[in-house]
Amino acid sequence: MTLTDLATRLELKVHTAGTPLERPVLGGYVSDLLSDVIGHGRKDDLWVTMQVHPNIVAVAVLKELAGIVLVNGREPAAETLQQAEREGVPVLGTRLGAFELVGRLYGMGLKGS
Amino acid sequence: MELRRFRADLHIHTCLSPCGELSMSPRAVVDRAQAAGLDIIAVTDHNTTENSAAVIQAARGTGLAVLPGMEMTTAEEVHILGLFDPGTELGPFQATVYRNLPDVPSKKRFVKDQVIVDAADYVTGFSPHCLFGATRFSVQEAVDLIHGHGGLAIACHVDRESFSIISQLGFIPPGLCLEAVEVSPRLTVAEARTAFGPFDPLPMVRFSDAHQPEEIGCATTDFLVASPNLEEIRKALAGKDGRRIIPS
Repeated sequence: MTLTDLATRLELKVHTAGTPLERPVLGGYVSDLLSDVIGHGRKDDLWVTMQVHPNIVAVAVLKELAGIVLVNGREPAAETLQQAEREGVPVLGTRLGAFELVGRLYGMGLKGS
Repeated sequence: MELRRFRADLHIHTCLSPCGELSMSPRAVVDRAQAAGLDIIAVTDHNTTENSAAVIQAARGTGLAVLPGMEMTTAEEVHILGLFDPGTELGPFQATVYRNLPDVPSKKRFVKDQVIVDAADYVTGFSPHCLFGATRFSVQEAVDLIHGHGGLAIACHVDRESFSIISQLGFIPPGLCLEAVEVSPRLTVAEARTAFGPFDPLPMVRFSDAHQPEEIGCATTDFLVASPNLEEIRKALAGKDGRRIIPS
């Protein structure tokens, strides 16, 4: 499954321009504590969060995550968007809450660790 | 000017904090701070400065220096300490913070009475604000707001698992101009430096985060300064003019 597949099927908004959406997504993790994601996120995970601070980009790069989905219609901070585009980290968004989004992702076959 | 050692605990709550004990009245705070051998304290309730003036007044004539302050909750749920000079007009700062708190009435069942008091410990009112809530300010905006009112901005209890800039954001965002990083009483500065840091060039301080009288002074930082005031502490944190933190 790629980010494009997920974005299409779940009608996710793609916030970043020019970031790789054809990258495979192998699992998922949901947390709003960046220290927790640093501890438990895995390479190629899709990260579901409501944090919009620029540090989310650094965490995604550090953990080689496939991408970030912001829930509840949260808009990334301007600096977050700039950094994400510079670092090639796809940032997507949904109006759904984290529970609903993760439920749908799980239903599509995406699993946690 | 002669420099000497002043013992500081610059993170103390009062009965106005939703988690502060009712016994944290201005007189009790001052008495306990003196008994603990402190030279300077700061009153830092959650998202409010409204009890600061009462503690400053209660300390008048005792020799204890008191700074007004606030422990602000940012949108990321990071706690940032703002410390100010007692001469600062904090009304506009406070109004800005209140405007940016959630409009949710505090539920008495889960939150202690948010008690506003005078210098003689008389209750003058109860805060209707959602003081346990998070403001709309990002950490950067919170630090800018504190600096804009002449204050010092310190990231609180970075070793804790909640409300710490490290727990919430993983690391301190580069370019964030904090004056210091605070360690909770659970760890020594050296232990925190090993476990979570180092935070160079940011200096590390250790304060009590007291919510009850017995906790006041259970973690302190000693400053080598000319007198116990905000500008001297600012210099000590920056290591200027011979002022500095005295390692414990």
